[in-house]
Amino acid sequence: MNDLVQLASLAPLLALAGAIINGLFGRSLRGNAPGVIASLAVAAGFVLSLIAFLGVRAGGAVRVRFGDFLVAGDLNIGLGFHFDQLSVLMMLIITGVGLLIHIYSIGYMQGDDGFSRYFAQLNLFVAAMLVLVMADSFPLMFVGWEGVGVCSFLLIGFWYKDLKNASAGRKAFIVNRVGDFGFLLAMFLTFKAFGTLDIQAVNAAAPSFAYGAAILTGIGLLYLLAAAGKSAQLPLHTWLPDAMAGPTPVSALIHAATMVTAGVYLIARTGGIFANAPSAAATVVWVAVLTALMAAIVAIGQTDIKKILAWSTISQVGFMVAAVGAGAYWAGIFHVLTHAFFKALLFLGAGSVIHALGGEQDVRKMGGLGRKMRVTGTTSLIATLAIAGVPFLSGYFSKDAILGALLTSSPLGNYGGQILFALLMVTAGITAFYMFRWYYLVFAGEPRSSAEYERAHESPAVMTVPLGILAVGSVLIGYVGLPAFLAPNAIQEWLAPVMAHVDFDHLNTSAEWMLLLGSVLVAAVGLGLGYWVYVIGSGELAKRIGNTPLANASRGAFGIDRLYRGLFTEPGEGLAEGVASLDRDVVDRGLTGVSGAVPLLGRLLVLLQSGYVRAYAFAMVLGVLALAVVAALIGVLA
Amino acid sequence: MVQTEYYVALSAILFALGGIGVLTRRSAIMLFLSIELMLNAANLAIIAYARQWSAVGAQHALDGQAAAFIVLAIAAAEVAVGLGILVAIFRNRVSTDVDELSEVRL
Repeated sequence: MNDLVQLASLAPLLALAGAIINGLFGRSLRGNAPGVIASLAVAAGFVLSLIAFLGVRAGGAVRVRFGDFLVAGDLNIGLGFHFDQLSVLMMLIITGVGLLIHIYSIGYMQGDDGFSRYFAQLNLFVAAMLVLVMADSFPLMFVGWEGVGVCSFLLIGFWYKDLKNASAGRKAFIVNRVGDFGFLLAMFLTFKAFGTLDIQAVNAAAPSFAYGAAILTGIGLLYLLAAAGKSAQLPLHTWLPDAMAGPTPVSALIHAATMVTAGVYLIARTGGIFANAPSAAATVVWVAVLTALMAAIVAIGQTDIKKILAWSTISQVGFMVAAVGAGAYWAGIFHVLTHAFFKALLFLGAGSVIHALGGEQDVRKMGGLGRKMRVTGTTSLIATLAIAGVPFLSGYFSKDAILGALLTSSPLGNYGGQILFALLMVTAGITAFYMFRWYYLVFAGEPRSSAEYERAHESPAVMTVPLGILAVGSVLIGYVGLPAFLAPNAIQEWLAPVMAHVDFDHLNTSAEWMLLLGSVLVAAVGLGLGYWVYVIGSGELAKRIGNTPLANASRGAFGIDRLYRGLFTEPGEGLAEGVASLDRDVVDRGLTGVSGAVPLLGRLLVLLQSGYVRAYAFAMVLGVLALAVVAALIGVLA
Repeated sequence: MVQTEYYVALSAILFALGGIGVLTRRSAIMLFLSIELMLNAANLAIIAYARQWSAVGAQHALDGQAAAFIVLAIAAAEVAVGLGILVAIFRNRVSTDVDELSEVRL
């Protein structure tokens, strides 16, 4: 079985092979061939991940070492993969959801000029993401980390001929660089403190430091910066809404299901550090909860069908980061799993709508589309209910686990755990509200634009079948993590052997029930408010609320983007303009002056060339006379 | 024996006459004649010195005479080429006025 698990090392290579084939020869492939090749590569990766999953279940974690990666002095980094409960679960999410999105993309990207380029980049992304989760050392993880960043940049700017898309890609890349900077510094500090960059060794050695040691806190905060960049948390969240410029399946795969959860994975993976650095862990939770709340409020004010989902993703990733910060690593990964299903489904549903309306993304022009697009509408409703936290759907269980973790985490108790719990509870309610708004404005009610409504049609089967599968997953996947006091919690038990230990207060059964009912109540209040504002109030109420300061802040995303424009972008542009004008006005003008002076001098010398032979002869005579005088003088002086 | 100074003085006078001719005449033919005069003025000086050297029995006394022959040969070649050009110019513009030959200037 061990050997079979090692076989899963081929998964990223297969995806890479798919990327190379599509990248080099894709243009000469006909029809859907690029999409089929890419999907097959990911499907093979899924099978290998499944084998690895079964192998790890039977025989525990497996480590494969291929050789040396970097060797310099004391630094010795191996090139190897680590298959344990956490990494195989992530591999299953990446290849499983990835496969569905690849298949969906065949329909969505049909007829696009960059069809093969799209699949090459998507496959490259899968390869990089797999390396990220399978890596056994921080530097190799960083390779995957940067790889997904590059693919994200390429795919956001996929339709690069529109300058807006290209600059959105650039923005994502630049903002992510800030996080990558944190990752690098964290690695340097880790090596200084631990003398190794092997993830398992670091986790094992972390408890040997004093509890709450400054060095661990420092490393933890730097990894938080890295996670904030990749997972779009405050203050580095601004790139994700703009990232919606990419094709919608890309938003589903990279900016909802997988890449943005890399930060959650990073913190879970380095749990040994965070479990021993409570103040760093508490900072993680505060950042995450504030992000979740802020993004949920902003999501209410958006009018772009994808931007609502983008802010929702920021908010939901905030939930996950809060969970791993609180030490409930399993709950964070559980929410990664459920979110991968329902958020991918929401994005693919949105993509189906955009596809049907020929590119229209403004929810104010939609409405009533559920009647025309039965499958898309129904599956989107399921996903909406799942993310809103309606009982017995997946999102309910994972969100409840996170809320419970915030309430009961022992280390967090000293850092305002109760307040964090309350804030996140409110966020859960807002989530239900804005998702109701999203669903209602797009699929329910009366059509607001008859032209768009007439145009709408259901998408082809290649797109609706993945929707269906994801919808089934959105309903059922939550049952792997039932509340532990009611039923065996499969995912908690599965992840327990590889996760750092953090103490949790024990809640009695009635408190557990209160918590469960509380989150039902919050979801009901959110959905009810949505119903009241949009169905009963039929828009009039929404208009009146729309003028409050909070609503304006929501529409403007709290002005953070504008703040960054003023703080960084505009001074940067000013500096660039200054350097450019230095080049233009000093260097260039100087050179132009020199090159202009030469012909001027030439024109002056031209005057000597009269064209009269006798003038030349006279000049010659004068010259000879001068020479003779000089010679005579030299003779006299000598 | 006539003293060398007289030859050299005559040579200088002939050279100056030739030079003035070059500077003042506009006809190409006259220019050629003036140049010939200058060349032969130089020859005269060379030969005068050669004679002086041979009178005292110097070893390379005949070098000056050899140089004079080379000057004659070169002058002949120059005149041959120059007159050829002159004939061509005359055929084109029925004039040998060198002041009219100034089209090449900017």
